Amino acid sequence: MNAVTNSVPNSARKRTRPRSLGDVSGMAMLAFQVAFGLLFLFVWHLASGTVISDFYVSHPLTVGRRLAEWILDGTLIRHAWATTYATVLGFLIGSVIGCVLGFWLGLSEFTSRLLNPFLLFFYALPKPALAPLFILWFGFGAGSKVALASLLVFFLVFYNTYTGVREVDRDLVDTARLMKASRWQIVFKVIIPATTSWVFAGLQISVPFALIGAIVGEMLASNQGLGYLIHLAGAEFDTAAVFAGLIAIAFLGIVLNKLIDISKAGVQPWKAISK
Amino acid sequence: MRARRAAFIALEGLRKTFSRENEHVEAVASVDLEIEREEIVALIGPSGCGKSTLLHVIAGLYEPTAGRVFYGGAEVTSVNTAVGYMTQKETLLPWRTVQDNIALPLEITGVSKKERFQRAQHFIDQMGLSGFERRYPSELSGGMRKRAALARMLLYSPETLLLDEPFGALDAQLKIAMHELLLGLYEKHRQTIVLVTHDLMEAVTLADRVIVLTNRPARVTFMQHIPLPRPRDVHNIRFTNKFKELYDVVWERLRSQYLEERL
Repeated sequence: MNAVTNSVPNSARKRTRPRSLGDVSGMAMLAFQVAFGLLFLFVWHLASGTVISDFYVSHPLTVGRRLAEWILDGTLIRHAWATTYATVLGFLIGSVIGCVLGFWLGLSEFTSRLLNPFLLFFYALPKPALAPLFILWFGFGAGSKVALASLLVFFLVFYNTYTGVREVDRDLVDTARLMKASRWQIVFKVIIPATTSWVFAGLQISVPFALIGAIVGEMLASNQGLGYLIHLAGAEFDTAAVFAGLIAIAFLGIVLNKLIDISKAGVQPWKAISK
Repeated sequence: MRARRAAFIALEGLRKTFSRENEHVEAVASVDLEIEREEIVALIGPSGCGKSTLLHVIAGLYEPTAGRVFYGGAEVTSVNTAVGYMTQKETLLPWRTVQDNIALPLEITGVSKKERFQRAQHFIDQMGLSGFERRYPSELSGGMRKRAALARMLLYSPETLLLDEPFGALDAQLKIAMHELLLGLYEKHRQTIVLVTHDLMEAVTLADRVIVLTNRPARVTFMQHIPLPRPRDVHNIRFTNKFKELYDVVWERLRSQYLEERL
């Protein structure tokens, strides 16, 4: 009896007011987020020069001014373009080579066993450690940072593709063999389609790594790009410029991730539908 | 040419043991079996007794551990493309629509798109899959996927059909409809059919011969000819005295296998 009478006011209350803060509507959350951001900027503003020296944290207005300057004089777009170019080119080169080699080794037992120890060697190596070598080989320009981005992408895409090929359901392959499918028909009609979700997963996770490769490459040896910009700013003790550069890099990263989300929706209708 | 190889499909002293590291599982222990052309043979026995392994060996997908397999007089040493095999596991390609899946065998042999879709449509209609041509396997029920797989196999009319519990997931009415369809096609094309099932009713309804296998490792423990006249009326045949008599004989033997399993 008690439980029944209690439940009425409970449900009525639920309708008028969210039970916990986690339930607030999207609009309300947006307002909270804006408020939190403004509060953060305000605390930064107050702390800068009082609690912490502005040598370390600069000042929000200085950073904003620096960003505005860069946008207006074209600095930002020029360097962002250089970084984007290296990221995209590195992504394309790395993913094409990774895909091809992943399929090849996945399909060829001999080659995969032959190359296994060598791949393990390169896999264990932190890729940015190869930067000095790339600078020697490709010089002080786009070449070395594209190479670094490609290498990071290559390993991720290669490994995913290879695993995908090895994981193809044996029974699907047998089914095709019983239908008199040739080796190439099995590759094109069964193995490649069955591997696409692995390949796409590899491509997706490798985009941020392409950006990492490009930025690290630019910081080490370049005279262009957002990585170069923050490296230079750091060398000149220009904290505001470092922060401005970081904001620009984060923004570029967000744009790239959004592009992946958009491309994701277009592929694999058979999976999208089943969800 | 020894006489015993005159059988269309012959298993001679077939054994199959699966080994992984130090683990050995004996699935089939010495099976001798002969199947004649145009015969329908039902293999029946407790689940997990190695029935599917026998089909895999006939299809050339498993190499026997010992013994030999002959098909059409020649030893099976690689994939046997003369058979159509409907495995117990789903083997529809998940990224293809129903019609693209069913038409796959014709696509492989190079039949034009228009013709293969036309021919596929016939079986799609017969299997009651009309309206689902452009759906993906993940959107179908288990029973519909089974029927799509059956349609795919029947479409390219292989001379021998290996069926591994093809109607297990279907409800009773649909099962009878599928039995009718299968026997109808059999009357027309006269394929050799090896059927694995654990449904004795199904085995006696369809087969010329029912073979009872033991628990793993599988051996042939009993064999019963089913001399019911063809063409069979799959619905009414079950109520004849002869059917009941045959059913009881096999059931008696099968029951002892199931009892043993439980003990």
